[in-house]
This record gives sequence, C-alpha cells and structure tokens, in this order.
Amino acid sequence: MSALHIKKGATRHSAYNLRPTFSDVQERHTIAVLVENEPGVLARVIGLFSGRGYNIESLTVAEVDHTGHLSRITIVTTGTPQVIEQIKAQLGRIVPVHEVHDLTVEGASVERELAMLKVVNSGEKRVEALRLADIFRANVVDSTLNSFVFEITGAPDKIDAFADLMRPLGLSELARTGVAALLRGD
Amino acid sequence: MTREMTGAKMVVQALKDQGVDTVFGYPGGAVLPIYDEVFLQNDIRHILVRHEQGAVHAAEGYARSTGKPGVVLVTSGPGATNAVTGLTDALMDSIPIVVLTGQVPTFMIGSDAFQEADTVGITRPCTKHNWLVKDTDRLSATIHEAFHVATAGRPGPVLVDIPKDVQFATGSYAGPKPTASHYQPPVKGDMEEITELVAAIEKAKRPVFYTGGGVINSGKAASQLLRELVEATGIPITSTLMGLGAYPASGQHWLGMLGMHGLYEANMAMHDCDLLINIGARFDDRITGRIDAFSPKSKKAHIDIDPSSINKVIKTDIPIVGDVAHVLEDILKVWKARGRKTDAEAIRKWQMQVAEWRKINCLAFTNSEKSIKPQYALQRLEALTKDHDRYITTEVGQHQMWAAQFLGFEDPNRWMTSGGLGTMGYGFPASIGVQMAHPEALVINVAGEASWLMNMQEMGTAVQYRLPVKQFILNNERLGMVRQWQELLHGERYSHSWSEALPDFVKLAEAFGAKGILCKDPADLDDAIMEMLNYDGPVIFDCLVEKHENCFPMIPSGKAHNEMLLGEAETQGVIDTKGSVLV
Repeated sequence: MSALHIKKGATRHSAYNLRPTFSDVQERHTIAVLVENEPGVLARVIGLFSGRGYNIESLTVAEVDHTGHLSRITIVTTGTPQVIEQIKAQLGRIVPVHEVHDLTVEGASVERELAMLKVVNSGEKRVEALRLADIFRANVVDSTLNSFVFEITGAPDKIDAFADLMRPLGLSELARTGVAALLRGD
Repeated sequence: MTREMTGAKMVVQALKDQGVDTVFGYPGGAVLPIYDEVFLQNDIRHILVRHEQGAVHAAEGYARSTGKPGVVLVTSGPGATNAVTGLTDALMDSIPIVVLTGQVPTFMIGSDAFQEADTVGITRPCTKHNWLVKDTDRLSATIHEAFHVATAGRPGPVLVDIPKDVQFATGSYAGPKPTASHYQPPVKGDMEEITELVAAIEKAKRPVFYTGGGVINSGKAASQLLRELVEATGIPITSTLMGLGAYPASGQHWLGMLGMHGLYEANMAMHDCDLLINIGARFDDRITGRIDAFSPKSKKAHIDIDPSSINKVIKTDIPIVGDVAHVLEDILKVWKARGRKTDAEAIRKWQMQVAEWRKINCLAFTNSEKSIKPQYALQRLEALTKDHDRYITTEVGQHQMWAAQFLGFEDPNRWMTSGGLGTMGYGFPASIGVQMAHPEALVINVAGEASWLMNMQEMGTAVQYRLPVKQFILNNERLGMVRQWQELLHGERYSHSWSEALPDFVKLAEAFGAKGILCKDPADLDDAIMEMLNYDGPVIFDCLVEKHENCFPMIPSGKAHNEMLLGEAETQGVIDTKGSVLV
C-alpha cells in the first residue's frame, strides 16, 4: 500500500477510507510515514500539521533505509475520524512521502517508547525508587550517591505510570523519545 | 545521454528540453549567470516584467490559457519573496508553475548574506514542492522533476532554488526521463465506484452536475467528454468560478455559475437536487454556504484527482479518485454499455423546474441613462466581443463576479481569474501572460480600479512587448466588494473602502505610451468599446460606473442556497452576527 499508488483508485478498498466518517469522537491514531530522506522533509510534515491545525502527540523520525534513502516518521495524533482521514490524505499529497500507514486501523500493532528519568533522592526513597524500577523492568544507566538515571521502554502509558510513581520519589528530569510502532505479524 | 556544461547553461537547456518557449522574469545578482545564458540563445523568449509578483501571475495566465506550465525566473531574496503571492495563488487554484530562483552561493547560505532569504523555507507552504539544489550534477534532474511534479496529478506551483556557485560550476546534464520520479498519482478511477455512479444517474430524478477547475486542468478532452455526457443525459450543469467554459454558456443545459454570487437557478438546483455529481470541484466555502444546509436531499458523488479533497468539507456517498477525463470516459463507457438509461420523464420535469427558476431572471438590474451600470458595461462588452477569439482575465471583487455572471464562455482556457486566493492585482499581469501565449487573440482584463492599481507597473511590460491587452476598468472609485459588505454587515460605515486620489487613467496610459479611453455616459459606451477594440496596442479603458451598485444575487454568509438575496429590497438585517464572522 502506497500513499501515492493508491490501489483501485483509492476507494473503500484503499488505506484511505473515503466513506464518510463524520463524527465528533476524538480518536488517537498512530501513523507511520515513509519519506524520502531529503532536506526539509520533516519540516513539510510538521508544517502540514501546524498549518492545518492538526494535533501532534508525539513524533519520531530516523533514517531506516540508508541505500533506499528512506526515513520513517511515526506520528501519534488525535482527531475526529474525518480529521484523521484528512491527515492521511494530506500526508499522501506531500511529494517525498512514499507511504502512509495508519497502524491503528491496519491491524494489531506494537508501540514502544523509550524514556530516561533522572531521580534525585536519598535514604528510603532511593531504595523505593530502585525497587519500583525493578518492577517496571527499568534499567539503571547512571548512578551517583544521590541520583539514578533510569532507562525504560514500553508503551506510552507504562512510561506515564512509571513517571507518576517516580515524581514523589525525586524525579528531576524526564526525556522521552516518542512512540515507535510496527504492525504485528508478517 | 549526458553532457558537461555549467549549471546556468543547464537551466536553459532543461527549459528547452521541456518545450518551454516563454519565461517571465526579472534579473538580479544571484541569477546573473542564468541571464547570461538567456542572452546567448534565441529559442526561449524572456519577458521582463516590472515586479516579480507580476511574473508569477503572467505565468499563471500563460498556463491557464494554454494548459502548459508557466515558467518564472527571478533572483534571490526580494525576488523570491515577491513571488510568494503568485505561488500561493497558483497553489490555491491548482495552476502548474515552475519558478526558478537564484540563491546566494552555497558557502554563504545561512550567513545573512546580501539578498539572502530562506527561499525554500518561505515557499514550502505555498508550493506543491520545492528544491534547493546544492550540486550542479543534480540540477538538470531536479528541473525535469520540477516540471513533472508541477503538472502530474493535481497541478500546482513548484520552485527550484539555485545557488550562484551551482550556476557557475560545471556538471553533467541529463535530459528528461518521464519515469524517473516516484511521484505518479493514479489517473484511472475505481470501476466499482464508477458503476455505482452510473446506477445513480440512471435512477436520479433531479440530478445536477457541479463542475470545477479540475475539468479545465484535465485538458480539452475532459470538456469534450463532459459535453457529451451532459447532452446525452440532459442533466443540468452548473460550474464554479474556476470551471467556466468547460461546458458552453450557450448550451441548453447550462445553469450558470453557482455559489455566493451564482445564479438563482444554479443554487436552487443544488439545493433541491437528489443526485449531486461534483466533477473536479472542491466544495469551497464560496460554493457551499451553510454546510449543514448544503444540498440536503442529495446523494453526493465526487470526482477528484486529489484524495484529500474528498470528504474534506462535505460527506461524499460515491468517492472517485482520478483524472476527470479518464473518469468521464469510463462513466460514458459504462453508461452506454448499460443501455444509456435515465429517468427521462423525471429529468424532463426537473428541466421544467429549472426553466421556472430561470424566469426569476436573477441577473436583472435597473439600468440607467445617466450613469453606466457595471452590469450594463459588461453586457455591452459581451455583445461587442463574443464573436472574437477572446480571452478574459479579471482582478478580484464585484467586477469579477459581474464578469462571471454577464460574460459567456464557450470554451475552456478562456477565463483566467483568481478564485481560491482572491488576489487583487492578478488580472493585469495574467492578461500579459495570456497575450504572450496568444498574440493574435483579443485579451481583455476586466478590472476594478483598486485591484488594477496593485500591479499597474506592468503597463511597462505591455508597452515594451507591444502586447495589445485591453484593461477594461469598471471604475466606481470604491473597493466595491468591501463597500458592499460594509453596507450589509457593518452599518454602512465605509471604513477605508474608497480612494480619494485616483490617477487620471487616460493620462496614465499616455505616460506609459499606451492609449487611454474615458467613458462615463452610457450613450457613448458602445463607441468607446469599439474604439478600444480597434486600437492595435494596449489600452486602459476607464469606465466610470455607478458608485454604489451592489452585486446580486448573493448568498449571505452563514445562509443556505435557497436563502439567496436577489436585490437591494431583500438586504435588510439578513446577516446575523454568526454569519458576519465568516468571510
């Protein structure tokens, strides 16, 4: 499925659901966009979202195919079904965009995010932080006598939960990568 | 085959290989090497405009009247920023334009060099795509790709930014390869959806075609196929401002333009129809009026080459993504194969209903013997020029709407107007571009005096290249449409909607070396128009018209199609506060 080679004239059979789906319900979708790795391509995607007033909850980008010169952008966005369809169609119009995949509707997908959390504390709180990190399978990647840096991967809500627990235990800095996602199966 | 040459020479060679015969431009420091190459050849004509905005609008006029991409060559910095309005205009109206800009040398980019601007950054949202070429070896392929992107799929403006060192450096030139690009939008519509549309046509009792600029952009074949389909089915047809001429104004099923200042019969047909077939239009807000009351009883089919147009504004029941000509060909094929069926009896009744609406005569106006009514001026212009090989451009405002209402277009590519962006100052440079493409034709820019002044410097271009463009200015000494809205919406407080210091247009024409004609008496109008037509050269026709005439019919902001105002008597208190926040 390619955004620009839309099968069967982009009808109900295509990735773009062109059937009306006007509803007020806000949905959260994860969209994977395969783009030509050329200067300005990220600015085009971000400019589309800001210019047309769409939401970006998270966005990650990196080159995934060096020889094919392709980067993969994973965007988590929210909007009504109509807005989500517009976002996909508008992304498909961008010339260096090769493919647009809505991982939320195309089948089961896995989503992961990596976060690093600096927790500054001592005494009982320090022990508790380490214990919770163990439960969440977070790794310690740096330690001083009064701080830890934890590294955790997981679905965004798992990271939310871990960060919420760390807050009273001395969370001082949080860095998140945003979501990377893939469809399950082959 | 590749050949070694400088980047500057490549630009000219690539333009030749793309079949370009005319370039509109303005030189400057960062494009001097290219201008040097332009000087050394005779295949491509370069038209020196007087402002870069004029270059882009002229290229738009060239493109819209020929169906070929228009080409612009300007310098870095201010040259590029002055082109932005034209690029945005072309993007909104889907006009294929290739703009080549000079840039400071690559090693100076980012240093705030003289006449440096982030051209690709500034023009990213107002082009279909743009490129900064940093390597001479990439230049020819990029220019060929630019022409491909500008014209493939939904057409639009593109820009190639070329640093000066890339122009000087030598690299290898490659000719155009149409298959080189991954950008290949599909043109064929889905047969299942097309069959569903044909089945809907067969059953429809009150169908209407709503056509737009997509029919024009698709090429002359699309207009021919549209005419065949309309004549064969007897389905009434209306069009947006952008689509005028695809179906002839003299055709028996023609409803006239629809929308905010569209014809009563067209808007009523849209409101009451049971099958609405949108061909190459985009449910623009000037067309739909109030969305929740838009064509409430109809099933809606939408043919568009751009998937993002479908379901953007109006829910579509039968979506067909494809090029208009290809889809219409398939529709006709399927419809014929299924036995050319329509509900002829119902359609006959529907046509009679349309004839009833037509009797309202919504374009009626009270003529005057004392002053020239703008509608009358256009009626006379139409009568005296309709048999000419005629092209019309317009500026933006009341005159534009009156021109769309009172001039008849029999063929596509004969009507050039700024639809989506509504750019005052579009029409005059556009008329120059049209005249360049059609040297023998009669090219008239129907203008308002305020719009016309926005790009009046192009008089120099018209005179220099002996382009006999006729500037038909309906001069009401007002920003007519602004004034009309202030009258209807803002308690007749005419804030800054008139000029107190207009030039003497006859003297202005003479100052430029052109001819000026002043007309203020309706009795003199025909003779004055004939004098304009008979003069072999550019003319500024200063037609002093009634100052407070309003443009009707009008769908007020926030109202539905069946709530049109037909004249002054109906205007009191019709636009509520909710409507007045709309534009």
